[in-house]
Amino acid sequence: MKSAQATVSKVLNYSCVDGPGNRLVVFLQGCNFNCRSCHNPHTIGLCNHCGDCVPACPHKALMLIDGKVGFVPHNCDQCDACLKACSINANPMVQIMSVESVLARLLEHHLMLDGITLSGGEATLQADFIVALFTAIKADVRLRHLSCFIDSNGQLGRAAWQRLLPITDGVLLDIKAIDIQLHQALTGRPNQRVMQSLRTLHQARRLHELRYLVIPGFTDQPSEVQALAELVLSLDANIPVRLNAFQHHGVIGPAREWPKARQHDIQVIVQQLQQAGVREIITPAVYV
Amino acid sequence: MQSIQEKLQKIVCDQTLSPQQKARYLSLEAENMLPYPSLDTETTKALATGVLCDLVEGHAPYKPRYVLPDYSVVLTQGSEYLELEAPVDLDEAINCLMIAYHHVPSVTGMPVYIGHLDQLLLPFCEGVTDDQLYRKIKLFWRYLDRTLPDAFMHANIGPQDNPVARAILRVDAELQQIAPNLTFCYDPDISSDAILKQATDNIIACSKPHIANHPLHQAAFDEKGYGIVSCYNALPVAGGAGTLVRLNLKEVALRSTSVTDFLTQKLPYYSGLCFRLIESRMGYLFEQSNFFDSFLVQEGWIDTQRFTAMYGIYGMAEAVNLLQDMQQSNGRYGHDAQANELGYQISQALAQLVGHTPVKHAWRGRAMLHSQAGISSDVDVTPGVRIPYGAEPDPVTHIQALLPHHRYYDSGISEILTLEETIKNNPQALFTLCKGALAAGFREFTANVDSNDLVRVTGYMVRLSDIALYNQQQGSRTNTTVLGAEAAAGTHILERKPRVVSHEISPSYG
Repeated sequence: MKSAQATVSKVLNYSCVDGPGNRLVVFLQGCNFNCRSCHNPHTIGLCNHCGDCVPACPHKALMLIDGKVGFVPHNCDQCDACLKACSINANPMVQIMSVESVLARLLEHHLMLDGITLSGGEATLQADFIVALFTAIKADVRLRHLSCFIDSNGQLGRAAWQRLLPITDGVLLDIKAIDIQLHQALTGRPNQRVMQSLRTLHQARRLHELRYLVIPGFTDQPSEVQALAELVLSLDANIPVRLNAFQHHGVIGPAREWPKARQHDIQVIVQQLQQAGVREIITPAVYV
Repeated sequence: MQSIQEKLQKIVCDQTLSPQQKARYLSLEAENMLPYPSLDTETTKALATGVLCDLVEGHAPYKPRYVLPDYSVVLTQGSEYLELEAPVDLDEAINCLMIAYHHVPSVTGMPVYIGHLDQLLLPFCEGVTDDQLYRKIKLFWRYLDRTLPDAFMHANIGPQDNPVARAILRVDAELQQIAPNLTFCYDPDISSDAILKQATDNIIACSKPHIANHPLHQAAFDEKGYGIVSCYNALPVAGGAGTLVRLNLKEVALRSTSVTDFLTQKLPYYSGLCFRLIESRMGYLFEQSNFFDSFLVQEGWIDTQRFTAMYGIYGMAEAVNLLQDMQQSNGRYGHDAQANELGYQISQALAQLVGHTPVKHAWRGRAMLHSQAGISSDVDVTPGVRIPYGAEPDPVTHIQALLPHHRYYDSGISEILTLEETIKNNPQALFTLCKGALAAGFREFTANVDSNDLVRVTGYMVRLSDIALYNQQQGSRTNTTVLGAEAAAGTHILERKPRVVSHEISPSYG
């Protein structure tokens, strides 16, 4: 049987911002949201092999072979000129990785890792791969101490979560907005399924933290913050809420004109959440 | 003669130096008016052209570079010379050490090793509460920083989890002082996870301590043990190092025509000259300086037989990249498997040369190989086997790239990982990184966290705010700020993703 494969945008051997401890992070390519504020827009689309990126590469790392865009990692200087040339937010540098190749990478570094996080894009769009990978990690005596996490936008349906949760140790769930209209405006989708995922994950005790991106003028409105607090309190006041500050790195389009979230903006929200009864709030270590 | 007088005049009237700092620079000038210990023409040329470097140790080595006294001697027997009785309680023990430190010379004129403090003080802690201990250590720490202001001064603790080690870590994080530098010796079979966690949390607070792989170091020494001093030099306790001479691998590569020429001809040749320089300096120290007539020897604080000679190397990254160019390979050191492999081969060759070459007067008759952390005057050459500043891969990849070097450098290999500030929200990540690196075979683990005021500049600690003040001509109370300012200007160290560390030498004035 052919083993499961994933379309991967990038792998990091070290991350201290994607779950507890030091984590190997696999960013899977493709997302079903189209967030205007996205910090990694090149992970949203899937390549349609139009070839626009090939002449844009100054290092001859891209070429068209039989109508398909081919990538030569050895020549790549990581200048990201191809990402700027792409009109559909895709990434010609994606690699196809098998479960075995991710396991090999984990085995190489496992002494220095607390776990693995699958992020994206939207990782759950490649749920078959996640099931195969996490099952294999838990079956390997050398790797089973590593915790298996998913960073998700919550659009996945309940039945699909039921496949993932038995082999998943924790989920970092992004809540883009509580108000449906605001969510629609920011992401291009309503948020009923996100709310359903939130309850599913909470009931299954797999909700590691909620992540909330503070965008001044959008998600920092008192009514929205109050709604966030009520949502948390309706489940458990101890659910950790991580506030991320909107900034411009990686952002494209009109959102680059939106103001960044400063330390003061975050502090105002922290106060409001605390007064409402939210107990665990994590704030950024750095503002850029 | 006029120019010498002018230079002395400049030192005397320098508005940024304290009288003590001036006195030290004046003494260095005087020492260097003496002729250099006798050297043959080839070695003299290699020294003059920068293939060899004596770290400005001076023309007349009248004291060993590093002295690691066995302080348990004065704590159990007192000292006849210093008219000290053996201490009977913690106050007396700390007081004895405070006195002892002023009688221990080194290359900087200040003690580089102030002892394995928890092992020394634990026998005096019976009936002392944790709170009393904390208060006494806090005063002790303040005393050390204010009276011996040199970041090369180094304390050791561990591997046991004990109240003294805990108090020291607590005080060190709280006071955020440059001095003393600190090493926690970690042994997975002895140290608790809790004390290692306290140590790695301290790194986030103040970029200290340095974590040493105790089982690996222990295996390289004998039952009397080792100490980590200065910028991460592992040396025999009750002894030390007579000298530290270093070989610039970049300059050796520049004189080579191919990888084979480098490994089979030029490296052995310049290594031979390095040993001649070591022998000459060791000869002067042991045979002419009369240093070992000291009470330190007579009372058993140090043993003449326990002084090694350190064979330091630097510029591995540049050497490998030059050799890669010669064989038309574009892989760069630290990032490419082939380039890294060539580096390991060079380290192995160096270890063999050092292991096979007898050195007169040296402990066990051999020098010890050391990956040297650099000094403030290094320009366009990377310390030791480090990956060039600003070009380091992520910390995990970084550790994996350097790991195979670590087995070869018995007297220490100083690498500094620079970590993004985001780790402050996730101290577990640093703990795992540290524990994993040591389990994989890293000899020592040192990290700076971006945005900490207290950072390493090649091995020694400086405060960035002090450097800024010094550069505004306000002077600094601590000697290493001067070095830090020079290093920051000359070596791009602050470009290291957070900032880096350097080494300890006090260069001459100006």
